[in-house]
Amino acid sequence: MTINDWLCIILLPLITAALAFPLGEFMANVFSGAKTFLTPLVAPVERILYRLLGVDEKEEMSWQTYAFSLVIFNIIGIAALFILQLAQGKLPFNPQKLGAVRWDTALNTAISFVTNTNWQSYSGEQTMSYLTQMLGMTVQNFLSAAVGIAAVVAVIRGFVRKTSRTIGNIWVDLTRSIFYVLLPLAIIWSLLLVSQGVVQTLSGSITAHTPEGSQQIISVGPVASQEAIKEIGTNGGGFFNANSAHPLENPTPVTDFLEILGLLLIPMALPFTFGAMLKNRRQGAAIFAAMMILYLAGLGFFASVEMHGNPLLQKIGVVNGLNMEGKEVRSGIMNSVLFAQSTTTTSCGAVNSMHDSMIPLSGVILLFNMTIGEVIFGGVGVGLIGMLSYAMLTMFLAGLMIGRTPELLGKKLELFEMVMSIIIILSPAILLLALSGIAVSIQAGINASLNNSGPHGLSEIFYAFASTAGNNGSAFAGLNASTIFYNLTTSLAMLIGRFSTIIPALAIAGSLASKKTVPASIATFPTTGLLFVIMLVGVIIVVGALTFFPVFTLGPILEHLLLLTGKTF
Amino acid sequence: MLQLKRSLLTFLGLSLICGLIYPLAVTFTAQTLFTEQANGSVMIKGNQIMGSRLIGQLFTSPKYFHGRPSATDPQYNASNSGGSNLAPSSAKLITQVQKRLQQVRTENGLPLHAPVPADLVLTSASGLDPHISPESAAIQVNRIAAERKIPEADLEKIIRQNTEKPLLGLWGKERVNVLLLNLDLDGLELKRQL
Repeated sequence: MTINDWLCIILLPLITAALAFPLGEFMANVFSGAKTFLTPLVAPVERILYRLLGVDEKEEMSWQTYAFSLVIFNIIGIAALFILQLAQGKLPFNPQKLGAVRWDTALNTAISFVTNTNWQSYSGEQTMSYLTQMLGMTVQNFLSAAVGIAAVVAVIRGFVRKTSRTIGNIWVDLTRSIFYVLLPLAIIWSLLLVSQGVVQTLSGSITAHTPEGSQQIISVGPVASQEAIKEIGTNGGGFFNANSAHPLENPTPVTDFLEILGLLLIPMALPFTFGAMLKNRRQGAAIFAAMMILYLAGLGFFASVEMHGNPLLQKIGVVNGLNMEGKEVRSGIMNSVLFAQSTTTTSCGAVNSMHDSMIPLSGVILLFNMTIGEVIFGGVGVGLIGMLSYAMLTMFLAGLMIGRTPELLGKKLELFEMVMSIIIILSPAILLLALSGIAVSIQAGINASLNNSGPHGLSEIFYAFASTAGNNGSAFAGLNASTIFYNLTTSLAMLIGRFSTIIPALAIAGSLASKKTVPASIATFPTTGLLFVIMLVGVIIVVGALTFFPVFTLGPILEHLLLLTGKTF
Repeated sequence: MLQLKRSLLTFLGLSLICGLIYPLAVTFTAQTLFTEQANGSVMIKGNQIMGSRLIGQLFTSPKYFHGRPSATDPQYNASNSGGSNLAPSSAKLITQVQKRLQQVRTENGLPLHAPVPADLVLTSASGLDPHISPESAAIQVNRIAAERKIPEADLEKIIRQNTEKPLLGLWGKERVNVLLLNLDLDGLELKRQL
């Protein structure tokens, strides 16, 4: 790798971090109700909306009410998106005259977009009408991201508040997430993307007559408006089947840069929001540091593996064995690596290259990012929630070592908090191992679905459940997931992956908010120093490695070793 | 019940704003400010659309520069994008690449075991990649010069003119847009005939 290659992959996360810090501070002000530069513009709209919705801005909720409202809100979202897909044939904004979506695909898609997963078992340009893309996908891209932000803000309040029965008002949190954060960023991003060539039109496909005399039908649509929030909200569901590899979703290195920056931005900003709301900015920085260490370590390893190329291709005469299968020339190897690392760590799931065709050891990194629970920055909101659960686990272990009741930020961690944080960390892991086990044992999981045989086939199946249980949404897309078996099992993984994070997290928030804060003493283990960061990173790696090492060995690692010996499948 | 009603109202209100007002406002603004880009960056000759400068096309004639192989069905199907999703260890992949290597070598008169740039024999992620590397363009110069009876220097010049640079020299790769290159090629021949 050249110096430019290293600069390319290291500068982008650093630039994003520099932008994430002020955004984090800004969000802390928004959710504390303080005045910001957008307040004069947004506050009047906000007030009108609250009056229409019958929401009292000052009203506070217990964690139970907060969680209940959130679940109801998501059930309505799933139902609406499901019905919209079935009815799209009779609705406007459908120049391609696309008919109703198959029921199992529609159900899977509805759950997928509401849970911020954006797993797609359909091909966008062939399946969804413009109305479904706008009023269905784009809406849930906003709402699922807003739900994530609301949930993490409630959890932060749990740490901040003392002997309080409430953790905020979900309707206010959702509204503010959208009007102060998501919508302004999405508007800026969508116009920047269009200026580079991302399409934004309501007209039907373009018919081109090529110089060689044949016809080419080019699908278009209202892409930029969806593309922008797809990255900003770490949703990841592409307008087109090829997602951000499609030249009309991501035409230039500038859009590539913007899209990677966009999907990292809010997840990187939230640790700073945490620090600012706690009035303990070093704490936010420590959490951020743990995330950044894991991100950069994975990225460096990934880049050097992928640059090494495919020995089988080198042998038959491909220059350097460069692994350009499933990659675009304008992105090259480095931007593909950067995008893939960012999209799997943030639970975004957008792709600018096909992960299925990456070198097997690269697959280990992608799977690791997802299986540890999407906590290296992670999805908007839920990533920080997962990381805080790991922080609780770390403090619990630290407490055991010195024989003291564990505490974090002055809050005593007791049985209830520990049970809930273990549910957050382990339930997606257990589920994804169980579902992968079932899928490889029965015909429905293997027949007609596998594109690749041998160890790579196992990786494809495991990736599908890692991605859905982690609410990521990217795929080893060779697996044909558009079957009733995969549509239903991945739906289950997405639902449990999402709600086994958010509901226990709100429970922790409620419990912590009701506690007193214990003043720090000389025996308190400091959670802002290097030692804490190292322990936190260590706990994450140990949990990830112990839980999944056997599958990694049988899938990608075995494939890599066989690849080196020249074996094909 | 109160929260149910608020859920429903909030959902409807935010859906209207995020699902209709926002995308339609962006469409209107984009169509006003960036008309060409918002409509697919199409190239028009006479009153016909020749293609989009952003979407690759299948070129098979020896008189044109060829783009990358495409995994869509049929190749370069711009209404159903996608990659091959074949693993690096896939026997099918290796067989396909071997066949493409032979074809590239035969077409361009290269020696039997001549190394070939990766992008010219491996399929792209979208199946619609509009670009090839400058190296992949260079190995086709000989063939096209012979087919069209154009000096190689002229061809190298239009390749250089159609080469796009990475962002700040760091992000992205140096690349040549095949459709634009081929349209320039036709233009070049037209000029010589006059």
